[in-house]
Amino acid sequence: MDRRRFLAGTAVLALLPFDRAAATPDAMAEAIRKVVGGAVVREERVKLDMPPLIENGNTVPLTVSVESPMTDGDYVKAIHVFNEKNPQPNVLSAKLSPRTGRAVVGTRIKLGDSQKIVAIAETSDGKFWSASADVIVTLAACLEEST
Amino acid sequence: MANILVNAPKTAKRGDVVEIKALIMHPMETGFRPGPNGQIIPRNIIEHFTATWNDAEIFAIEMSPAISANPFISFFAVATESGKIRLRWTGDQGFAVEEQVAITVE
Repeated sequence: MDRRRFLAGTAVLALLPFDRAAATPDAMAEAIRKVVGGAVVREERVKLDMPPLIENGNTVPLTVSVESPMTDGDYVKAIHVFNEKNPQPNVLSAKLSPRTGRAVVGTRIKLGDSQKIVAIAETSDGKFWSASADVIVTLAACLEEST
Repeated sequence: MANILVNAPKTAKRGDVVEIKALIMHPMETGFRPGPNGQIIPRNIIEHFTATWNDAEIFAIEMSPAISANPFISFFAVATESGKIRLRWTGDQGFAVEEQVAITVE
C-alpha cells in the first residue's frame, strides 16, 4: 500500500465514529418542536444552572429550576433538556406533578463539545417556558475509553 | 445487583417538601463509541426512572445517552404520609432495579 492510500485510509477511519447523525442546532430545533408543537416559548421562569467552563465533559452538573407554586391548579408538568452537539439532541424529559412540590431537577450529563443547552418547562396551563446556557467544554465526553 | 445510594430524610413534617437524591452504578454506554477493537460498543443505558410514594407517582424521568455514567438524579416531593418511597430504574438489556426507603411523616 502506498503512503498516500494509507493516509487516506486512516483519515477515513478517524472520521468514522463522528460520521453518525450528530445533533445540530437544526436537530435540536426539531426535537424542541416535537415537544412544544407550535406553542410560543417564553424565556422566563426557568433557571438552568451549569458551570460555564467545563473541564471534563463526562460529568457536567446540571440543575433546572422553574418558578411555580406547584399547586393542583398551577404546576409544572414537564421539564425537558436539549443540546446542540451531542450525537442526539435529547438529554432528558422529567415528568412532575403537584406531588413533586418543587419544580427542580438535578443530574449530571455528558457533553461532546462546547455548545448551547436549552431547558424547556411545560406548565399545567399548557404554556412553555425556557432558559438556555452556553458552555465551553475543554475535554469532551466519549472520546476516550472509560476506565 | 447494582449499587445504589439513596439520600432522603427519614422523617419529615406533613406538607414539607423534601429532597430525594439517587445514585445508581451503571455504565450508561452511549452506543456511539468504538471499543478497543474498533467496533461500536452496543448501547446500554437506563431509559426510565420513576419514584413513587406509597404507590402514587411523584416524579419520573426519561434519560438519554447524554446522561453521565452512574446516573445521579435529585428531585423533590411533598411529604404527605408515612410510608415507602420506591425508586425504580429500567433500561436496555433488561435492566430493572428497585430500591425503597422508609419515611415517617409527623
